Amino acid sequence: MKFLADLWVLFKRNIRASLRNKVWLFIGLFQPILYLLLFAPLLKGLANVPGFPQGGPYTVFTPGLLVMVAIFSTAYVGFGLVSEIRYGVVERMMVTPTRRLALLLGYVLRDIVVLLLQSLIVIAIAIPLGLTVNLLGLLATLGMMVLTGALMASFSYALALRVKDESSLASVLNLLSAPLLLLSGITLPLTLAPAVIRAIALANPFAYEVTGARSLFVGNFDNSAILIGIAYLALLAGLSFLWAARSFRRGTA
Amino acid sequence: MGIIDIRGLRKSYITRDRGYGPKSNGGAPRAAKARRGQVVVEAVKGIDLTVEQGEIFGFLGPNGAGKSTTLKMLATLLAPDGGSVHIAGFDVVAQPNEVRRRIGFVSQAGGTDREATGRENLTLQGRLYGLSAKEVAARIESLVVSLDLERILDRLGRTYSGGERRKLDLALGMVHSPAVLFLDEPTTGLDPVSRSQLWNQIRLLRAGGTTVFITTHYLDEADNLCDRIAIIDKGRIVAEGAPHELKGRVAGDVVSLSLNHVEDALAKAKELLQPEEFVREAIIDQDHLKLTVEKGEAALPAILRLLEGSGIGVVSIALSRPSLDDVFLHVTGHSLTEAERIAASPLGKWGGARS
Repeated sequence: MKFLADLWVLFKRNIRASLRNKVWLFIGLFQPILYLLLFAPLLKGLANVPGFPQGGPYTVFTPGLLVMVAIFSTAYVGFGLVSEIRYGVVERMMVTPTRRLALLLGYVLRDIVVLLLQSLIVIAIAIPLGLTVNLLGLLATLGMMVLTGALMASFSYALALRVKDESSLASVLNLLSAPLLLLSGITLPLTLAPAVIRAIALANPFAYEVTGARSLFVGNFDNSAILIGIAYLALLAGLSFLWAARSFRRGTA
Repeated sequence: MGIIDIRGLRKSYITRDRGYGPKSNGGAPRAAKARRGQVVVEAVKGIDLTVEQGEIFGFLGPNGAGKSTTLKMLATLLAPDGGSVHIAGFDVVAQPNEVRRRIGFVSQAGGTDREATGRENLTLQGRLYGLSAKEVAARIESLVVSLDLERILDRLGRTYSGGERRKLDLALGMVHSPAVLFLDEPTTGLDPVSRSQLWNQIRLLRAGGTTVFITTHYLDEADNLCDRIAIIDKGRIVAEGAPHELKGRVAGDVVSLSLNHVEDALAKAKELLQPEEFVREAIIDQDHLKLTVEKGEAALPAILRLLEGSGIGVVSIALSRPSLDDVFLHVTGHSLTEAERIAASPLGKWGGARS
């Protein structure tokens, strides 16, 4: 089938481009590693505070950090698309009989694979530092991260096709990133937050994801945040993907 | 029906009214879908055109005349607002994939991926056009020979010179051996050597039966390379034909005479030649007599014979033909170089990446 053949060709091409720029793969990891080394130790003193989740500081912090990686390593993929549009690469692919959906999916699948690669590196670093993780819980967390990656990458591509320049793209992403980060409980658990902030965070899908992932890491599959998080993320990822697909169909003109 | 058949093609853009600069739509009524603070720019205002198989057809006009917009519609990248385009008998809106298989398109930006080698670029493009891995490899071999790609094939795109990149851009548009090749401003920014090489490659394509449709704002490119051209200005075609035909339509050639310094020689010569049927106009311009004639080649011997018969000695005689810029001036009321100057000013042009 031509669609799958095209998708495979495009995916390989995108992966090759990403792996050729190994520097970027590691620049993307620089911040999470710093958090692991310089921030997670600060949580040691909080372990006995009421409301702090069960598990050691790394077991509590690493799931949040993975969600952060999922959001931010994929949120900026639109920049690559802007430069490919500028060089005519996207237009050149759009003038072939390939489906626009294959083009988009080729990019998004690459981003998800890169994200999983980065997550495994973060986990590999966190384990010797004191992370303990339930294997089944980790797999489920990676599943949530795939949804997060699909959501943010699609969003970033759709936005890139709309604004078509780096500075506008950067302003929108910067505008969104701070509230998303602060209202998700990534750095400190929301159980420590006042009721008002917790109420606002109820609207943030990533808050459920972080809470859910923490629960999954210690092997607690009962937490309602897990299912709510998965459903919420799947819905948003679907919408965001549809938006991106529509933007690709409209072309780059 | 030609290989490219365009009927009543139209396209408008809605852009934000920034409150400065000349309004490009010249007070056209605001379309229903445009909101307050937006202006409708009619980029293409009803184009009819037929391009025959195997010709090099040029679309000549200043920046912002609607050339690229038209080209994008022909290449299935942009949906027209009205009218129809058929390429090799297929409708670009209803059967885009049939059209895409038969056309190649090289945009102004090119299409060469900086982060991939020439071979990787070509392989990807060939596969997307549905060629098998084997077919692509064979096609690359033949393109390497015809476009002389040996030296760039296994280097990353970002190491290419401007001319090398243009060569790969062209190869990317030809990887599936299209019947029609669209080139948007192919030689903009190229050095003279690369430019003439590209012209030769385009001529070779024509020799192989490919139809080549190029846009250009260079008069010499339209004149020397194209079999036929259409002059486009402000979204309309204002003239169409072979370059020599178009130039023939402008009021004649100019013969410039310089005479032996005998008293009243210029005035006498003017008196003698003015009544002749082939002379439209005779003007004494300082120490020259300038005649506007219909057919320069035919007029020259006649002029010489008449002057010799009256004993007026000719020192020099020069024949100059009207240029395409004279044609442009004639049909639009402004010269192309002037339009270019306006378009290049910061307020006269919007967007558009030129690399």
